[in-house]
Amino acid sequence: MSDRLPGFSTLAVHAGAQPDPTTGARATPIYQTTSFVFNDADHAASLFGLQAFGNIYTRIGNPTNAVLEERVAALEGGTAALAVASGHAAQVVILQQLLQPGDEFIAARKLYGGSINQFTHAFKSFGWNVVWADPDDIASFERAVTPRTKAIFIESIANPAGSITDIEAISTVARKAGVPLIVDNTLASPYLIRPIDHGADIVVHSLTKFLGGHGNSLGGIIVDAGTFDWSTGGKYPMLSEPRPEYHGIRLQETFGNFAFAIACRVLGLRDLGPALSPFNAFMILTGIETLPLRMQKHCDNAKAVAEFLAGHPAVASVSYAGLPSDKYHQLARKYAPKGAGAVFTFSLKGGYDAGVNLVSKLQLFSHLANVGDTRSLVIHPASTTHSQLDDAAKVKSGAGPDVVRLSIGIEDKEDLIADLEQALGA
Amino acid sequence: MNHDAYPDNYIRGILNSVKSIAMVGASPVNVRPSYFAFKYLAQRGYDMIPVNPGHVGKELLGKPFVASLADIDRPIDMIDIFRNSSHIMPVVEEALTLDPLPKVIWMQLGARDDAAAAKAESVGIKVVMNRCPKIEYGRLSSEISWMGVNSRTLSSKRAPAPTQGMRLSLNRMSVGGGDTAASDRAAKNKTEQS
Repeated sequence: MSDRLPGFSTLAVHAGAQPDPTTGARATPIYQTTSFVFNDADHAASLFGLQAFGNIYTRIGNPTNAVLEERVAALEGGTAALAVASGHAAQVVILQQLLQPGDEFIAARKLYGGSINQFTHAFKSFGWNVVWADPDDIASFERAVTPRTKAIFIESIANPAGSITDIEAISTVARKAGVPLIVDNTLASPYLIRPIDHGADIVVHSLTKFLGGHGNSLGGIIVDAGTFDWSTGGKYPMLSEPRPEYHGIRLQETFGNFAFAIACRVLGLRDLGPALSPFNAFMILTGIETLPLRMQKHCDNAKAVAEFLAGHPAVASVSYAGLPSDKYHQLARKYAPKGAGAVFTFSLKGGYDAGVNLVSKLQLFSHLANVGDTRSLVIHPASTTHSQLDDAAKVKSGAGPDVVRLSIGIEDKEDLIADLEQALGA
Repeated sequence: MNHDAYPDNYIRGILNSVKSIAMVGASPVNVRPSYFAFKYLAQRGYDMIPVNPGHVGKELLGKPFVASLADIDRPIDMIDIFRNSSHIMPVVEEALTLDPLPKVIWMQLGARDDAAAAKAESVGIKVVMNRCPKIEYGRLSSEISWMGVNSRTLSSKRAPAPTQGMRLSLNRMSVGGGDTAASDRAAKNKTEQS
């Protein structure tokens, strides 16, 4: 009853979850159902008209998914969240609320290759125009602002090289431009960085990575910080103007500081359809309960592996912000003092061929296109995750031909180092 | 009272204690937020009185409209004002002429008048500004969690299945106002700029 703030680990276990009202089940049940009965015609009409809280259809909301949503909102310090089928789906849903055809958004050049591809090609066909800026040059964001700019998009810890973005500096640019700052927090997870504390208005995750954490379930989530005023100047009509789909409701006026999350649900998820399976929500929730334990182990292992690689004669360079010599070390100390994440890159003196050779000799590391698994992973971004970029863009995004990316798991670090040592040595 | 960030216990105390609520600016139009809030609070067992001089002679969900606070025939615990910030002061001044005085004056989401609040607080009336009682009730009972909203509360007790007319427990362990502090700060900055 008292107003006290539980710690992060308590929230990771409890937030959003309460014993089931009917059965008393303590673990969150998987509500594997498409639909939910109404009490009567008036109840149905109230739910459809957004006048009452409740469940209608799993494409709009589901009780298992709702626990996941509240849990991540609590961990990120947001007002509400919406879970969807993947991180990519989350990005579509977010931008659908913010951009009209012909509008622009500014994105950091250092992003997951899949996002670069989605922004460059798929979104172009919607008339949403991406303008690239360099996260190492804050002024490049200011220069990119035009009257059609509707949002700024960055990653907190950027794929593939684990570089740290100066969220506060870019949030200042966003505030001055009067647009929301969207931060993809996938590689940090809220355990390492809470972007809302640094000025983010919207946080997006691929739940598939560290939050789920076990490499078994896809998912994405959108967190509303409740910080952005959508009402000014008619710039965001999805939120500020009467919605014909809902008999003229204005979402900001009705839902206040969680109107963006509601817009994503009732205008985005409902109409575009990328619903998250309740089974996946359950798997991801189970993963989140151990997020603090796993994330610390991921980071501690990553630091040990990065230190080993930095001292190895076959290695040309290591990009890991946890190393004191790294370009991003000061930013890492400021934004991620508990650890600089577990995804980073290194390059081999032997170039591309040495990279291919290394990958083939590793026995514990799995060669695959994912990050944030309990297992340690390895990939050559230039030929896989970033292969759709041209050569110059590959280098600019940190995925040049000589670069190998690791995602360090939660195995014993001595075993990971021994595996790398045998693969590098021969 | 710090009107930038209310402790949950303050809001909880109000919603647990008031029984009758006069809603000034209640609308019979079923897509207006005042209509939703009126209906929700009535369904949760509060004695709701719609106040709107434009609709006298009509009813809102079976409750007759009255023209003004003075026309209400019974003591009112709380006045919920669904008017823009610029129309708050006259309502508060009218409230201060009532006998007995109301215990709470609540201004809706988006509405804030610090001078009017100070006037009410000087005679011992509790004030809430820029909040919605429907959202706060839904949040503290965790009913609103069905929409993915961060209730900022925890409970290890079995939840009751809500039914029409049933009061829900608001007495969950609170996570405090701190964890959506970013949103509270943004609201404060907006107030200071305007």
